Amino acid sequence: MAKAPKPASNRSRLYVPEPQFRPGDTPDYSHISVPANHTPGRPDPLCEHHETAEHALKLIRVLRFNGDAVGEWDPKLSNDALLKAMNDMMMTRAMDERMFNMQRQGKMSFYMKSTGEEAVSVGHSMALKNSDMIFPTYRQQGILINRGASIKEMMCQCLSNSGDPLDGKSIPVLYSFKKHGFFSISGNLGTQLIQGVGWAMACAYKNEDGIASVFTGEGATAEGDFHYALNFASTYRAPCIINVVNNQWAISSFQGIAAGEGETFAARGSGYGLATLRVDGNDILAVYAATKWAAERARKGGGATLIEHFTYRQAGHSTSDDPSKYRPKDEAEHWPFGDPVERLKVHLIKLGVWSEEQHEELAKSCKLKIRETYKAAEAMGDLSEKTHVNDYTMFEQVYEHPPEHLEAQRRSFTQELD
Amino acid sequence: MAEVKTQSMTMIEAIRDALDVTMSQNSDVLVFGEDVGYFGGVFRCTAGLQEKHGLHRCFDTPISEGGIVGIAIGMAANGLRPVAEIQFADYIYPAYDQIASEAARLRYRSNGDFTCPLTIRTPVGGGIYGGQTHSQSPEALFTHIAGLKTVIPSNPYDAKGMLIEAIEDNDPVLFLEPKRLYNGPFYGDPHAPAKSWKGHPLGDVPSGHYSVPMGKARKIAEGDDVTILTYGTMVWVAEATAQQLGLSADILDLRSLLPLDLDAITESVKKTGRCVVMHEATRTSGFSAELAAQVQEHCFYHLEAPIERVTGWDTPYPHAQEWAYFPGPKRVALALRKIMDAA
Repeated sequence: MAKAPKPASNRSRLYVPEPQFRPGDTPDYSHISVPANHTPGRPDPLCEHHETAEHALKLIRVLRFNGDAVGEWDPKLSNDALLKAMNDMMMTRAMDERMFNMQRQGKMSFYMKSTGEEAVSVGHSMALKNSDMIFPTYRQQGILINRGASIKEMMCQCLSNSGDPLDGKSIPVLYSFKKHGFFSISGNLGTQLIQGVGWAMACAYKNEDGIASVFTGEGATAEGDFHYALNFASTYRAPCIINVVNNQWAISSFQGIAAGEGETFAARGSGYGLATLRVDGNDILAVYAATKWAAERARKGGGATLIEHFTYRQAGHSTSDDPSKYRPKDEAEHWPFGDPVERLKVHLIKLGVWSEEQHEELAKSCKLKIRETYKAAEAMGDLSEKTHVNDYTMFEQVYEHPPEHLEAQRRSFTQELD
Repeated sequence: MAEVKTQSMTMIEAIRDALDVTMSQNSDVLVFGEDVGYFGGVFRCTAGLQEKHGLHRCFDTPISEGGIVGIAIGMAANGLRPVAEIQFADYIYPAYDQIASEAARLRYRSNGDFTCPLTIRTPVGGGIYGGQTHSQSPEALFTHIAGLKTVIPSNPYDAKGMLIEAIEDNDPVLFLEPKRLYNGPFYGDPHAPAKSWKGHPLGDVPSGHYSVPMGKARKIAEGDDVTILTYGTMVWVAEATAQQLGLSADILDLRSLLPLDLDAITESVKKTGRCVVMHEATRTSGFSAELAAQVQEHCFYHLEAPIERVTGWDTPYPHAQEWAYFPGPKRVALALRKIMDAA
């Protein structure tokens, strides 16, 4: 992106990168050109990795702002698929909105919205098989919604109530849904990238068709685990996709802190001999197309692809964060790649299968469904009341069979209750 | 009853045999680590396994301990039973996050949705002039972790049976191998001619499949004067020193640190009334502290003397001063005499 300034003298000075805009500034992204025709071509998914070197520096886009879908990467999805994508993105957004508000009312300890990044999760999920294992971060709830997970169960997990499949063992949003190909989210950043590579190696060892798709934000690419993942994926040609969701912000640190300002995150893959794609993450068709390409490459034995999803985190990092403290309040509105829901809407209207009225209607019905689902979830308890999970469950699932010392501690705990 | 065939083996051969037996019986068992494939490992524990079971079953990895354990977790979650080798326990720290935050907690965090049947083998302890980076005994850093099991055999028979048990366990197990015992028992005198496992009863290893249950200590010697709680290399140093002193010592080789055989410990200490805990690792916050606390909690009114600890010093493992650091027969004897002299 932005080039580092040239040194003013021939002496080294400690350089600490800073974002272009801070609170009080007027964001101006006119220097980020969004030309219509800069999308690189679509090579054969089994091409040599270096044939994707330029893809790491450019940006794959399908949807123009006027609603046209153009270029070699256009996946030509059916209207039904597009409408489902719209539904899933709007459900994700409605759920995020509701859960954020309920956290503010003290119903749960914490929540994390994915607003502005719904195309990344939903578009990616649509392009994979449900049996492919995704190792997500905490901002891919759209994958679960796309794969038909129970929204009520997701809400119960956030509420840590009697309907929580995890029995209150994890903080909100750290879901685990093996039946939906959604790996247990760790919360320690970056650690799961290399595990996903191992999962993929096991798929290949067992001669199965499945692949793994692993996620990190751009911030955690600075962890050593990111290097492990790229290196092992390269060595063993693991059938996996390594996704970097570059939403510009790691809590309060702009993307230049994670990796310097010299190169894109996608370009990190080139040195490892991986295929590299950089995609407009607010363009669901581009996300879908890039994922489809990488999945085909992985499944057919071409090895791993690193995809950078270039997007913008519209909300705070979590309910514990106030982004107005470190970036302009209206930065999201100035973001030159727009909003993923709006962009799909314009496309659907252009196709003649959608209207502003239908869009409003869908927004209303999503909100209503989410409200009703939430009521049913909250009826099973929340963290603010006594209806949350039985305390004794904390002793379960430490091991397959509880060892004697843990049983003794469980008995000791009983005495505290007298 | 059919007679079980046994064969005299070193601990290295016994470990290799355990891997061979499990790999033969279960195609989900994969073995990998630095130099373990074609070459067969720097201590030869995996020699011949690649040739016999194929490149896919026993292979080399990049020099990346975090990566080795990381892929092993993913494989284990995906239904395999990986056995990862960390070349020296001194190199395990880059993998600490993967072990402590990930492998040990996957079952808990997902409430049983995902599990991690993973075995991590790694050589520990000194005695080979390995200095700071090839001699450490970091067991206490792992026994502190909920969700992980930590075991350490002291002889070929246990090494094979315990490794098979670890591989077949459905939770992550750290399998520590006292490298000074690989080729024979070590009684504490580095200048004495090296002993071989040949002729030692615990060097007779049954062929085929057997397992040693986890969480069970082994009684090395039966006695009434004093209880010695130890594991790894120190088992044989303790046995030899007690014999030299003419003490009737009740010596427990704990074998499994977590889970711990508390019943065997309390039974012995209640019988003798005296307890010395011994390990090679540094003293402060070492596993001996946990053992002393357990004995105090469960046997206080049976104790006739304060619990003694015999350990390495609180320094990094030195090179030239290896035998000054090592808790050898002199340090063991001082502690045993002191506890026997106590009123």
